[in-house]
Amino acid sequence: MEKLLEVEHLTKTFTLGSVISRVRITAVDDISFYIKPAEIFALAGESGCGKSTTARIIMGFEHATSGTIIHSGKKEAKNEKVWFTEGIQAIFQDPFATFNPLRMVERYFFETIQNYKLAKSKREAIERIDAKLRLVGLTYEDLAGKYPSEFSGGQLQRISIARALLTDPQLIIADEPVSMVDASLRMSIVNLFKRLRDELGVSVLYITHDLATAYYVCDRIAIMFRGKIVEMGTVEQVLMAPKHPYTQLLRASIPEADTAHRWQGEIRLSDTEQDEYLRQGCRFAGRCPMVMDVCRRVTPPQFDVDGALVACHLYAETKQ
Amino acid sequence: MSMKNNTILRTERLHAHYILDVYGKAKVIKAVNDVDLAIQEDEIYGIAGESGCGKSTLLKALAAAVEPPLRIISGRVTYRIAGVEVDVSTLTQEEKRKLRMEYIAYVPQGSMSVLNPVSRIRNTYRDFIESHISVHQKGEAFALAKEHLTELGLPVKILDAYPHQLSGGMRQRVTIALATLLKPRIIIGDEPTTALDVVVQRGVVQLLKDVQAKLKNTIVLVTHDMGVHANIADRIGIMYAGKIVEEAPTEKIFSAPTHPYTHYLINSLPKFGDKSPRESVPGSPPSLANLPTGCPFHPRCPHVMDICKQEMPGYTQVASTHKVACWLVGEGTHGKAA
Repeated sequence: MEKLLEVEHLTKTFTLGSVISRVRITAVDDISFYIKPAEIFALAGESGCGKSTTARIIMGFEHATSGTIIHSGKKEAKNEKVWFTEGIQAIFQDPFATFNPLRMVERYFFETIQNYKLAKSKREAIERIDAKLRLVGLTYEDLAGKYPSEFSGGQLQRISIARALLTDPQLIIADEPVSMVDASLRMSIVNLFKRLRDELGVSVLYITHDLATAYYVCDRIAIMFRGKIVEMGTVEQVLMAPKHPYTQLLRASIPEADTAHRWQGEIRLSDTEQDEYLRQGCRFAGRCPMVMDVCRRVTPPQFDVDGALVACHLYAETKQ
Repeated sequence: MSMKNNTILRTERLHAHYILDVYGKAKVIKAVNDVDLAIQEDEIYGIAGESGCGKSTLLKALAAAVEPPLRIISGRVTYRIAGVEVDVSTLTQEEKRKLRMEYIAYVPQGSMSVLNPVSRIRNTYRDFIESHISVHQKGEAFALAKEHLTELGLPVKILDAYPHQLSGGMRQRVTIALATLLKPRIIIGDEPTTALDVVVQRGVVQLLKDVQAKLKNTIVLVTHDMGVHANIADRIGIMYAGKIVEEAPTEKIFSAPTHPYTHYLINSLPKFGDKSPRESVPGSPPSLANLPTGCPFHPRCPHVMDICKQEMPGYTQVASTHKVACWLVGEGTHGKAA
């Protein structure tokens, strides 16, 4: 099977506190996954689960403590940042923070073109910019001479996608691209990812906490909890028939816009996050309704349950 | 049950605008335009809409927290206190201060800005209690706080913590506990669960529901998350460009949305088990400083007619509890909400 991006045994440790009370937190703990060409892969979980740290390592903003990242069969070299920017582009959460408010939006486009020597003349550059903007439903005319404040959040997010497309990337890393966009305009962004996948064969690493849009747009999904991937498979497997107790809790907690599916029963919340990072064994054991003795002692390995990977001792009978 | 006698919070043709002075020229931001609400006792009323539609401004008017540059241009807000309807604009500052927290409480979005970061939670509770009820003995305020937290199922040990030591969800629940300490008749929540994780959000909504069930009071809940509305609200008002364009019981809003905007809002939400293509509302929301003529939704509406560009329709009752302001349904009327 062809793999566009492969992440193997990635680990990132942060050290908190002073010399006296030093705490080591493993934000990303030995995770492995891959993304195929023309695929939308979701990395989902609550805040503090390590999904953004993973993205930042892939983009080269952080160094991994251990583990490897393989892009199109090539390993990442330590002092070589350029390797990813051609093939990988990023889109961030806050569209208003992406653009400098005192700088015309088109400047970002010309800058990218200059950096990658994508055009020989200004006319050629404008043609290229216009072509990419049309992919997101805008034109160069809409943009020329304007500042970020003249656009809505949804428009700016589409503009940053168009900018990312300038280099014809194979993979777009989208870190919570719709969480700051109004619910009524979210679909215009996620539909765009679908179109890019289907028409241009672009892959997307979609980092989100919103499982409903993940279900709508993604092919495969990995659920992270406190630095670990607890469940991974196709969105149908993971979201329609969740197997890990945490995925089940997450899935049941999503407020569905359907009055027939109101929340039933009560849930338990953790008081502080740190306890769960430092926990021995399974990190969900403190809140898990099906907790067993073994969960508190041994970190569960990943089991293959009907094609999905599940890191839970409940599935120990099925083969590893 | 007669609806009329249970109205606890009412607005009549309320207009609230921000009047700003920009380089010597007055700039008017029309945040609330002609809103008629009649919110009942023992009800969770949801207000939904995009950012910049005037939801938060409406809440300010409801909470009697109108301060310049925001001004009530016309219309009025009334509370029913002990069976008597009181016009909020007739209250003095001292009367408003007294009502706040005892009669009407406010739960904001960012709980970090409510709790003093350099003071333990217990001190915030003590200050709050002592400013509203006379405490004679030293430990009395603390005992009251403890009792209230236990009642809501929150750990008492958090009183000794600083805000940064608590998780975001716990902070938000502490804020809700604080707001409900004096058993207010109306709780106003401005996006109280936004920016929280889904599991935590569910916990916070659960707490709000528990509180409402215990006190049998009224919650006015503003959030743009239709999923939260579907789970908690009894009735929903859909707000667009400072107007309530549709109002109905929650089930009706989701099963039979009538206004084209509501239609888009409901149908653009992704659902589990259904991957059929979904569309966003076309275009972008209008600026409140420069509203289109007639119905403010007309530039984005797929069913736009000539009259829509000229005149704003009043409310038409499509059912006894379901009203819509759209020319597709009828001319409608304005006035005192039921």
